[in-house]
Amino acid sequence: MNAITPPPPVPVETALDTAPSIDSRFTVPGIRCAGCIGKIERGLGLVPGVASARVNLSAKRVAVSHAETLDAETLIEELRKLGFEAERAADNPLARDDVETKRLIRALAVAGFGMMNIMLFSVSVWSGTDAVTRGMFHWISALIGIPVVVYSGRPFFASAWMALKYRRTNMDVPISIGVILATGMSLYETLAGGEHAYFDGAVMLLFFLLAGRTLDAMMRGRARSGIAALLGRMGRGAQVIGEDGTARYVEADKLRPGMTMLVAAGEALAADGEVVEGRTTIDTAMLTGESAPRPAVPGDLVHAGTINLGNPVRVRVTAAAQDTAIADIARLMDEAGQSRSRYVRVADRAARLYAPAVHTLAFLSFCSWLIAGASVYKALTIATAVLIITCPCALGLAVPAAQVVAAGALMRRGLLIKDGSALERLAEADEVLLDKTGTLTLGEPRPVTLAMLGPRSRAIALGLAQASRHPLSRGLAHALRGEGVEPAAVELVREAAGSGMIGRCDGAEVALLRPEVETDTLAVDLLVDGTRTRITFADSLRPDVTETLAALKAQGLTAAIASGDRVEAVGGVARKLGLFATAAMRPADKLALLERRAALGHKVLMVGDGLNDGPALAGAHVSLAPGGASDVSQQAADGVFVGERLMPVATAVKVARATMRVVRQNFAMAVGYNVLAVPLAILGHVTPLVAALAMSGSSLLVVGNSLRLARAAGKEAQ
Amino acid sequence: MTILGFMIPLSLAMGLCALGTFFWTMRSGQYEDMDGAANRILIDEDAP
Repeated sequence: MNAITPPPPVPVETALDTAPSIDSRFTVPGIRCAGCIGKIERGLGLVPGVASARVNLSAKRVAVSHAETLDAETLIEELRKLGFEAERAADNPLARDDVETKRLIRALAVAGFGMMNIMLFSVSVWSGTDAVTRGMFHWISALIGIPVVVYSGRPFFASAWMALKYRRTNMDVPISIGVILATGMSLYETLAGGEHAYFDGAVMLLFFLLAGRTLDAMMRGRARSGIAALLGRMGRGAQVIGEDGTARYVEADKLRPGMTMLVAAGEALAADGEVVEGRTTIDTAMLTGESAPRPAVPGDLVHAGTINLGNPVRVRVTAAAQDTAIADIARLMDEAGQSRSRYVRVADRAARLYAPAVHTLAFLSFCSWLIAGASVYKALTIATAVLIITCPCALGLAVPAAQVVAAGALMRRGLLIKDGSALERLAEADEVLLDKTGTLTLGEPRPVTLAMLGPRSRAIALGLAQASRHPLSRGLAHALRGEGVEPAAVELVREAAGSGMIGRCDGAEVALLRPEVETDTLAVDLLVDGTRTRITFADSLRPDVTETLAALKAQGLTAAIASGDRVEAVGGVARKLGLFATAAMRPADKLALLERRAALGHKVLMVGDGLNDGPALAGAHVSLAPGGASDVSQQAADGVFVGERLMPVATAVKVARATMRVVRQNFAMAVGYNVLAVPLAILGHVTPLVAALAMSGSSLLVVGNSLRLARAAGKEAQ
Repeated sequence: MTILGFMIPLSLAMGLCALGTFFWTMRSGQYEDMDGAANRILIDEDAP
């Protein structure tokens, strides 16, 4: 960052006269308070090229509008300097669902307005009015009710129309027929000066159903494909060395086999290739699940999406764009995700049984009354009453109300569930397949012990470590910050490629260096006042792995490890935990394993974090990813759990099962109420007052029953 | 009963006002970040 341009005080103006600005979004889990908002918005505003930064505290996101010249990595680095770990988030993944949810909320608001106003008149009519006032009130109700039905009913009418067009039926068909018939009948009653108008019933029905639909839409998170994010992982381009020895920048999709790339330290590779010059270490954890960075010397194959940690190297491209290993993973994910979309949700399964039954019932009562000698008008009134009474008011709320309450309770426990169907599938899981690196373990090397370091050494170590993006430095910095160490003022910090961080503190040279002799374990030497102290690192297991596995087992889930790491690394963990493990699995192997288990009738819960887990996460019956996972995995998974504990996985299964129990109870209540009310409707005893009482009564019952989940889930997690 | 001719339109107008206000608040994104809005009041605005 150069400081030639002074920080722009009014950011909006600079956006106009510089290059066109683009928007980037970042997930920043550390935003907690007003101080954080101020710090980030002010701090990022001072970065040259940033037009504006806006924090969303509820979503823990920062939206930055900035010049194209500024890339996301730089902004993440700026956020880190401000003291916040940030991850790039996909470009407004919520946009599409947002529109849908907003439309439903507007329809709900209109229905609520109509319901309350019509009810004012209905109550007067029910408590007894003379015919003239009743007629007037019916007219006013019609005046409010018809526009409200037209506006708020659209989501149902549209969906019912779609279903009928393809000669199928869904829950929306009886709803639409019921609402339209009730409105039509009421209009006729009003014109004829009759006694009963059902405007309140029709609108109330819409209101309750829209409430259920809105809750469901709010649960639906972002699109789950994650493929765009996966391809975004790949370096966007590379410096290619021409025949005359000059370097020029080439976009990733224009790279061709045979070109020679110059890959700088810290850069992501843009294509698969073979190292031709230079020695370095490559971080392949995200791609393969290997925990230790791998050395790369001339002749070694390196893949797009991996990160060069050490020295600059020259790489001859062997496969580019669509032929890279990472593009293969994207294809696998695409295919795997399609099988998931065939899952039929519990509400739809219920509707398939319910809708034909309701129609038959209404039609039969219409015919029976005609045969019994009633007029067409009378028979139609009764058929309408049957449709209104059976209309799945409580059924529409039965599933979403329970799921929203459960998802809310889980969110407070650090687990984000993306949609209702995820909870349904989670409840069915009977096996759990765990990735090792980053899932069972924390996924980043942490110092085994810091006991041998004095306060001064610790402060210097933090001062050095926080300037580097090397995994060891980050692990060390994280551990030191966790112990409340304040960084020492280390000057002239520079990263000596391949050997470590060097700087000056109080006039003396200090350094974090690679051990001089090669060791099996990960380690760095801290050099302070001429003495070297060895700090060893290990990718430690999450603190509550054993308890979580026990909890899963208690719920009847068999666990196994599927890892892309080396056999020796996986074996140690597997023996320690007593789990069956498969090592050195490629992404396709994990997916194939899942398919074999599925073919045997098992419903597998996949928990993984790396890019290599992407296809498995997308293809598993249900999947969860830790918060530290790649954006790809977070998008492919059905849920994300944050923090260092693994327990949310077990809690999620427990709460999901409790949710399904409540959903079944809700169904039983809704159906039970129908069993009581339908005979009344068929016999012609249902007045608008009875319909209104029955409808709101059963809905309240269902919502009340669902609220019990909040307490149950809270108790469960303690 | 003539009072109804006045009261009913009035109550409907008030209801419509509330509905309109709700639509406006939604369109202007006031429900996007509820926690943020609650916390922003605590930020000092002494910066230019």
